[in-house]
This record gives sequence, C-alpha cells and structure tokens, in this order.
Amino acid sequence: MTGLPGISGYIYPNEFELQWGLLIVVYPYLTGLVAGAFILASLERVFNVKVLQPVYRLALLTALSFLIVAPLPLLAHLGHPERSYEMFLTPHTQSAMAMFGFVYAWYLMVVLLLEIWFDYRKSIVIWSKEKKGLSKYLYKLLTLGATDLSEKSLLFDNKIGKIITLIGIPSAFLLHGYVGFIFGSVKANPWWSSVLMPIVFLFSAIVSGISLVLLIYLVTALVRWKQLNMACVNRLAELLLYALIVDFSLELLDFIQRLYESEESIAILSQMISNRLFISLIVSQIILGSVIPMLAIVLARFGKIPDEMRRMFYFAAAILVQVGIFSTRWNVVIGGQLFSKSFRGLTVYKIELLGQEGLLMAGLLLAMPFVILYILSKILPPWSEAELKVSAS
Amino acid sequence: MIKEEPKIPRREFLETCSRKIPGWLVIWATFEADQILLAQEESKYDPTQHNYAMGIDIHKCIGCGRCADACKKENQVPAEPVFFRTWVERYVIPTEGETRVDSPNGGIDGFPELKGEKDILRTFFVPKLCNHCANPPCVQVCPVGATFISQDGVVLVDETYCVGCRYCIQACPYGARYLHPTKKVADKCTFCYHRLTKGLLPACVEVCPTQARVFGEVGKGSSPLRRFLRFNDVTVLKPSLNTEPKVYYAGADGEVR
Repeated sequence: MTGLPGISGYIYPNEFELQWGLLIVVYPYLTGLVAGAFILASLERVFNVKVLQPVYRLALLTALSFLIVAPLPLLAHLGHPERSYEMFLTPHTQSAMAMFGFVYAWYLMVVLLLEIWFDYRKSIVIWSKEKKGLSKYLYKLLTLGATDLSEKSLLFDNKIGKIITLIGIPSAFLLHGYVGFIFGSVKANPWWSSVLMPIVFLFSAIVSGISLVLLIYLVTALVRWKQLNMACVNRLAELLLYALIVDFSLELLDFIQRLYESEESIAILSQMISNRLFISLIVSQIILGSVIPMLAIVLARFGKIPDEMRRMFYFAAAILVQVGIFSTRWNVVIGGQLFSKSFRGLTVYKIELLGQEGLLMAGLLLAMPFVILYILSKILPPWSEAELKVSAS
Repeated sequence: MIKEEPKIPRREFLETCSRKIPGWLVIWATFEADQILLAQEESKYDPTQHNYAMGIDIHKCIGCGRCADACKKENQVPAEPVFFRTWVERYVIPTEGETRVDSPNGGIDGFPELKGEKDILRTFFVPKLCNHCANPPCVQVCPVGATFISQDGVVLVDETYCVGCRYCIQACPYGARYLHPTKKVADKCTFCYHRLTKGLLPACVEVCPTQARVFGEVGKGSSPLRRFLRFNDVTVLKPSLNTEPKVYYAGADGEVR
C-alpha cells in the first residue's frame, strides 16, 4: 500500500487500520496491576512477611479497584459490546479469549471479594455497632448477617482467608499469565508468538503491582499526614528491585533469543525497533523504566542516605517503573501491529483524542480505579487498626 | 356456487404440455435429475457433499484487477482502499537487492508502469484472498464461535453473532480479514458462498479473463481443481504455520508471502 501516509515498504491492504489500539494497551496494564497487587498482599498472608502488614489491606483494595475497571477497556473496544455476554453463554472453548470472562469472574468473586470480606468481617461488625446514621446500615448490610465475633469464628475467618489466599496466588498467576497467553499464542505474529510471553507478563505484573502499592502508600501517608512505616517501605523497594531484575532478565533473554535465532521476521522487527519503537522501547521501557529505577533503588536502599531522600528515590523509581510498564504494554500491543505480516513494511498508529477508543477514554479508564480506591478506602479503611484508633481519639 | 373458469383453458394447457414435455425429458435424460435440482433449488443444496478450494496460476495472472473489482461489487465490500476480500499484489524482483511489492487499491485500477527500471529480473502478479484453511487460526481464536468452517469447507463469519473483538484479524497470517467499518464485525472472503449454493462460481473466478483462478473441490475427480493440481507444482502460503490453506498457488515464487 505504498502511497498511503506513514507507510513504509509494503503492508497487506487490510493491515492499514490497526485493530487493537490504546484501550487494549490499557487492559493488560490494569490486569497486571491487579495481579501484582494481589501477589504482594498474599506475601504477607501466606509467607508471613509481617513487615508488609501495613500495606496488606491497601494492596487488596488496590487490586479490587483495578479489577473492577479492567474489563471496561475491552468492552469499550468491542464492535458490538451488547453481544459481549455471548462469551459467557456460548464460549468457544478453543479460544484463549473466551476464557477471559470466567477467569475474571473467578478472580473477582471467589478470590478478591471473599478474601476482602473475610479479612474485614471483624471490623465491619464493629463498625456496624459503633457508627451512626446511614453508614450503620451500610455496614450492617456488609456483614451479610454474620455478626458472630467469638474467638472461634474469628479463627475461622483467618483460616478461610489463608485458604483463599492460597487459591488466590495461582489465580493471580492465571489472570495475568493468561493475558500473556492471549498474545503469546498468536502464531501469525512473530513479535507476540513466544512461550515466554505469559511469564514475562506475570513478572512485569508483579513489578507494576509492587510499585503501584508503594506509590499509593507513599502518597496516602503524605496526604493523610501519617508516619510511614519505613521498614515496610524498604521491604517494598527491595521486592520491587528483585522483581525488576527477574523481569528485566526475562525480557533480555527473549530479546537475545530472537536476535540469535534470527528468523525470517528479524529484519522487519529490527527495523520496527529502530524506527517506530525506539522511544517507547529503548528509551522508555528499558532505560527509564528498568535500568534507572534499578539503580535508584540499589542506591537508595543500600546507600547511606537519610530516609527523606530515600523516600524520594523510591517515589521516583516507582513512577518510572509505571511509565516503563505502560510502555511495555504499548510495545507489545501496538508494536505487534506496526509491522506487516508480509514482513515487508511498517505502518503507523495514530491515536485519536476523543472517541470511543481515544486518549480521553484511556485517561478516564486509568483514573477510574483511583476514584474507586478512594471510595473503598472510605468504606473499608485499609489503615492499621492502631492508627485508626489514634486518629479517632 | 359459481364454477370458476380456469386461468389456462384446458385445451391450451394440454397443447402446451404436449409441446414442452418431450423437451424436458431430453434434459432429464442428459443430466442427472438430482444435479439439476441441486443447482436450481437452494433448499436442496447439500453442503456435506462439497469441500471447496481454489487454485491460482501465477503465470496466467495479468494483474488486471478485475477479480478484486468484481469482489467488491458482488459482496458490497467498502470502497475505501483499506478493505479487501481479495486483492492483487505485484512483485518486482530486481537483479540485485530487495524484492518490491505493491498493490495500489488492491490492483483494481491497475498498476503504475515501471519506468526506467533496468535492473528487473522478474515481475509477476499474485492474487490474494482468504485461504480457507483447513486448520484456521482465526476460527480457533474466536471467543464466541462466530467464525467457523462450514460443512462445505468454507471459512465464514456469522455477522449477527460476531462481537467485533478482532482477535481473528490478529490471528490471520495472511491479512485476509478486516473489520467492516459500518457493521463493526469481522469480514472476509466467503468464496461468494451465496453463489456457490446456487451452483455458480465465485465472482472473482467468473470474471478472470485468463482463467488464472480455478475454482473447484478437493477430492472430487470431476472438479477442474483436480486437473489444476494434477498438472501443476503447487504450493500454499506460509506452510510452516500449519494452517493447511486450501488456496493452491501454481508458480508462486519463494518471495511470495
């Protein structure tokens, strides 16, 4: 299709329009945050990493807020959103995508909502007695009638919570590994088709989840004028560093493997990286999103600097990691469509500002989880109980 | 009660019969009765008796683009040059350097003349369309099963069922699918299924002036495709992907992909 603007070389005529745009970039970004935040929360619960206790509930609520929004970009992207329920009614069992609804419903209903409810049940019962007015009834409703606070029932809550977390970890792996599989299993697309795809998705999810919870913890403590638990922050930063190292190594491995194997598609993919993805891949994903944050965390965590400065470093690193992970999603989703499957040419992606799949919509969808998190944190305060008591007195 | 006069008087009716029935009998004797009925009455069309496929002879294609044009007209494919059920590519292989490919408006308006290019080794045209794979990745990935292989071996999309997720478009290695801009569903070549069931050829095959496109059936001795496969060295596109295409190319260069 030479002659059309932005095209270089030859692309199949039907490839001129990119099928999956900005919203499909947002989708794996959101689900990654869900899975990552949940895996972080389960560290505290299952592996007894007590130092992470201050962010346990925060991580759970973060996961829930993002999970609620996660299917919306998909829905908005469909040509016929009104038919989406067909995926539940008549799923095509061979399709990787058909399972999304079930994986999502499982994760939302069985894992997150249950875990949060069991974890909060004691607090909800107490609030339903203490609070006044309308909120009293809200909490009464939230108890679902289970108001027993005997030691036996609390032990039961704890036990069930642990079991759900145990089921939750593989579910979180499933949720995002599965999103990776949607891309990794497309054999027609050499940029996507890779057995490493689900694993890379998973580790980048863990990276993004930890950095998001770290960010939210830093910001909320600042806004609420509360003392940060520095041990917790340090541990979060450490975990973020380890996850970053694994994620970066995996992606590097994928990259080296492709270069070394040098298959039919390598020429066009190299062209794409140097012409179309240079900023988003080399600069944003690798340098800004991986290398600099790793160095910053190493410096801040193990260097001899004051806590104030340390927090600044962590904050900057976490922000950069978010930019990097968003770029990663961009490079996968958009990158996979910028080259022709004839391996003879490149096309361009033009983002629209307004419209169903535009920049504004994407911004809205990215802001929504934070609004939901704010509301959730008002109903179910995730701050530690000692802290709540102090603020109440 | 008044007896109604028949619309055709009895005498006239009998006369007509005596004139026409012998003619019908001749036809009856010439062809098999069920064949006639199959061709004439769609309701009696039996899809299990067919397995359609296509042969394309690269040497015969002159790049006139009539096929792509006929396809757009027959199937109301959107006119914009970014939606095609079939299109024609021109390959220009120079004596040295990279092969160049183009397909301006799918070849419908012909191709610009190659002026002053002296280093050309070979050029040829390649008509492209959905390969109606026997192992189609597009069908595999459809989350609701809106795209499927029909009993007669044609890959189709149920446009009343497609949710427009576009996973099938991503999964197709041949770029044969697009999202219909107004229907918002995946769209693609159907081998002119509405014509097949009437016993007609696909529009692109019908209009091809050089018979570069041969339509027929896999495994049927009487099919023109049998002859095509018998007398040509054929290949399929991207065989390594194991999609088992049912569009067979004769004389396709290794550069074609």
